[in-house]
Amino acid sequence: MPDLLLELFSEEIPARMQKQASEDLQRLVTGALVERGLTYDGAIAFATPRRLALHIAGLPVRQPDTREEKKGPRVGAPDAAVQGFLKSAGLASLDKARVEKDPKGKGEFYVAVIERKGGATLDVLAEILPGVIRSFPWPKSMRWGAASVRSDSLRWVRPLHSILATFGPETEEPEIVPFEVDGIRAGNVTRGHRFLAPREIKVRRFDDYVPALEKAKVVLDPGRRKQIILHDAKNLAHAQGLELVEDEALLDEVAGLVEWPVVLMGEYEEAFLDIPAEVIRATIRANQKCFVLRRHDGRLANKFLLTSNIEASDGGKAIAAGNGRVVRARLSDALYFWKTDQAPLPDYSNGANSNKPLDQRMAKLRALNIVFHEKLGTQGERVERIKALAKELAPVVGADPALSERAAELCKADLMTEVVGEFPEVQGLMGKRYAELQGENPDVCAAIEEHYKPQGPGDRVPTNPVSIAVALADKLDTLVGFWAIDEKPTGSKDPYALRRAALGVIRLVLENGIRLPLFANSRLLTADLLSFFHDRLKVYLRDKGARHDLIDAVLAMGSSNDDLLMIVRRVEALGKFLDTEDGKNLLAGYKRAANIIRAEEKKEKDASAFNAAYVPDADAPAAEKALASATAAAAGEAASAVAREDFEGAMSALSKLRAPVDAFFTDVTVNDADPAKRLNRLRLLNALRSAVHTVADFSKIAG
Amino acid sequence: MSASLDPSRSFQGLILTLQNFWAEQGCVILQPYDMEVGAGTFHPATTLRSLGPKPWKAAYVQPSRRPKDGRYGENPNRLQHYYQFQVILKPSPPDLQDLYLRSLSAIGVDAKLHDIRFVEDDWESPTLGAWGLGWECWCDGMEVSQFTYFQQVAGIECAPVSGELTYGLERLAMYVQGVENVYDLNFNGRDGADKITYGDVFLQAEQEYSRHNFEHADTALLFQHFKDAEAECKALLARGDKGDHHEMVLPAYDQCIKASHRFNLLDARGVISVTERQSYILRVRELAKACGEAWMRTAGGGAAA
Repeated sequence: MPDLLLELFSEEIPARMQKQASEDLQRLVTGALVERGLTYDGAIAFATPRRLALHIAGLPVRQPDTREEKKGPRVGAPDAAVQGFLKSAGLASLDKARVEKDPKGKGEFYVAVIERKGGATLDVLAEILPGVIRSFPWPKSMRWGAASVRSDSLRWVRPLHSILATFGPETEEPEIVPFEVDGIRAGNVTRGHRFLAPREIKVRRFDDYVPALEKAKVVLDPGRRKQIILHDAKNLAHAQGLELVEDEALLDEVAGLVEWPVVLMGEYEEAFLDIPAEVIRATIRANQKCFVLRRHDGRLANKFLLTSNIEASDGGKAIAAGNGRVVRARLSDALYFWKTDQAPLPDYSNGANSNKPLDQRMAKLRALNIVFHEKLGTQGERVERIKALAKELAPVVGADPALSERAAELCKADLMTEVVGEFPEVQGLMGKRYAELQGENPDVCAAIEEHYKPQGPGDRVPTNPVSIAVALADKLDTLVGFWAIDEKPTGSKDPYALRRAALGVIRLVLENGIRLPLFANSRLLTADLLSFFHDRLKVYLRDKGARHDLIDAVLAMGSSNDDLLMIVRRVEALGKFLDTEDGKNLLAGYKRAANIIRAEEKKEKDASAFNAAYVPDADAPAAEKALASATAAAAGEAASAVAREDFEGAMSALSKLRAPVDAFFTDVTVNDADPAKRLNRLRLLNALRSAVHTVADFSKIAG
Repeated sequence: MSASLDPSRSFQGLILTLQNFWAEQGCVILQPYDMEVGAGTFHPATTLRSLGPKPWKAAYVQPSRRPKDGRYGENPNRLQHYYQFQVILKPSPPDLQDLYLRSLSAIGVDAKLHDIRFVEDDWESPTLGAWGLGWECWCDGMEVSQFTYFQQVAGIECAPVSGELTYGLERLAMYVQGVENVYDLNFNGRDGADKITYGDVFLQAEQEYSRHNFEHADTALLFQHFKDAEAECKALLARGDKGDHHEMVLPAYDQCIKASHRFNLLDARGVISVTERQSYILRVRELAKACGEAWMRTAGGGAAA
């Protein structure tokens, strides 16, 4: 079976677009083939900075022939209907149609049999490939050259230079797929590395394409380029007694910047190590796309690793030295920023703490009226709200109110620092560093960094009470604010990361065991926002393996639904109970009782009659009496246990109902001939249902 | 060529080498535009000539002023006045990348010894209403040029697309001369008493202009000059407008350049707030767009005479 090899050779493709582009190429070409009846054994796509390549193995030589039967009008139908049928079926006259009997015996009708001969796959490819190339979904594309006088000229991510497209079986010379896009005719030629092997290479198929490229200093597979970089980087680090600080996103990017990766080590002066390690790393990473190294004691080393695209004639000495110079210039800037941020801002030296650099940055943030969101006011106003809320939350989370307020005052000040202006990813961390330098309380310093946490499901949750207070205040203010202006997440859109903020609140509360009734502590909380919290809580609990139906059973209770910790405790207690024999049987008994009541409620005109209290009956069977007294006792016990928030206790109170319930259903007939007895027994079952509902809505529980 | 004009020995040798290289490619070698601009792109030989269908090839040095980047002569890498070498080729030739690499080789950058890379950089000039796709060109990790395929200028689609190359001359010279401080660059390639450094030529200017840009430029006057330039640009565009053709685009565009530079000075003085900033950028862009639109109705813009 023949294979297709397709390569689109262009000027440098942005690293961040390569992976998606190779996936899109594979999806679009295979999709178009399958749509035309051409299935295949396997497909694989690759990208380098200068090429997208696709190999599809095991394609048939031709499309399968197809046969379609098209039902037409009844024999003797009006001429217009007959003509329409002939036209749509592509028949010259009715002689070409078959006449069939209607299976329901309502006369005869025409049937057209349309047979299509499958085309050669080579021709199908020539037909679909230009379309795929012309409408390729690049995030950003451009026009170029003389052809760009026309507005419909070919668009590509950067100028497209050549197309290689061969098709054929392993044993024969493959054919070139005959097509052309905007003057670029597909051929069987590619080029090697831009500098190391720029000559043209004639290619037959994938099997010789990959080794030919390798010989011409191009590693086609991005996964292999990553492996090579990582392996060589670790080795180089190891040889110096150092350790690579791994960085998957950087590795991805770097692998997209080279066709022939060569890892080299550069260095800079030790004096730069006075700059915080995170800033050094951010500088070297963002601007130079280099990896940093750490020593065995965990401190950063004054060395870095770069990935060059060539095997240089001097072994890379000039390249390493050149990169070192640029890194030094960048670190000089970073050092300047770091020092500048510690210097006073004389224009902002009014008010309390006016001599402290970070307070001056906060004063500047206020003075410049920097907007947080056009409908939610300035950053300064936001900080005031976070301060008030953090102070209010402090006693709830066991934090000192004054320290919480102080931490909130400073938590956004680093947004005005030079370092954070340059490297936004170190916000929070820099605030902490500058707070330490001006002698703030350690809890305040920690909270400035940690109030952004947790940033997602995998991030660490702060445990320091001051950090918790500010982190909760920051997130609740965000959620309440965006809810107030109706900017809620929809579908996949969540531009303000509100889902992450809600998950952050949930994790802060649950993992620190904090009782925080949201309604009491955030006055603007709406029912809609609470149900958003419930949704996020369900996702969180489900990820932890909790049963979806148990969460619903607890949430359906309505009461203290804004206390996330209590919801979780109830779910846990309920889960444990239902794992026991007593729990399973009680659930079965409950379901039976609930079903009977539901059935009777439908018949009854006034269903509220069941809500009245059960009237003790001296003549009642023993099992009925026993259930009546057990229900009354269990209801009281469960209610007081719930009031004590002793959910285990509430469950064990319910577990005492199991035996009487089982006995009742064995010995007693609810639908007694005497309407008074029947009604009384239904009232008993209703009382049982209510008793169970003091703990959770068992009707939501599956099974 | 004398040794003193070797591009790796003298700043002026580097400039002359690039001029010769691009002259060989058929470019007209222009002189710097005689106005204060923030980048070589502002030269009408790029902004206006990149509009319309007429082929165009030009190269020139453009002194570029970035008032905010002044560092009183104390930073070894940052200047408020520096040189760009600008090449504009319309339409962009198919071998533009190769031409660029050959120009690097002409100034002594050996691609077998140095790591030259094209790293994504989408260029946008909000004040000019222009954007394009291209790269930062790296040499051993240092950005030495910008390479852009113009897609839109002055709000008008480029048809055909021009290729624009912008070399940062000081950086490139520092690289080929192997110096760490811009002021140590050898300007004339001579030794001993005859040697003139970049610092000899520009250090005093950097100090004086930094004082001017950050401390002493009269902001009330600058605001007035901005308004005047804006009004004059509009007035000239109105008076030159003859319906199907336009007779006074270049003088109007000069006023647009003036307004843009006044804005940069005001920005350096820190008297423009974040929200106002946007509206000033928008006002300059409106001028640039009006000039571009008028240019399309001139012979240079390809309109029938």
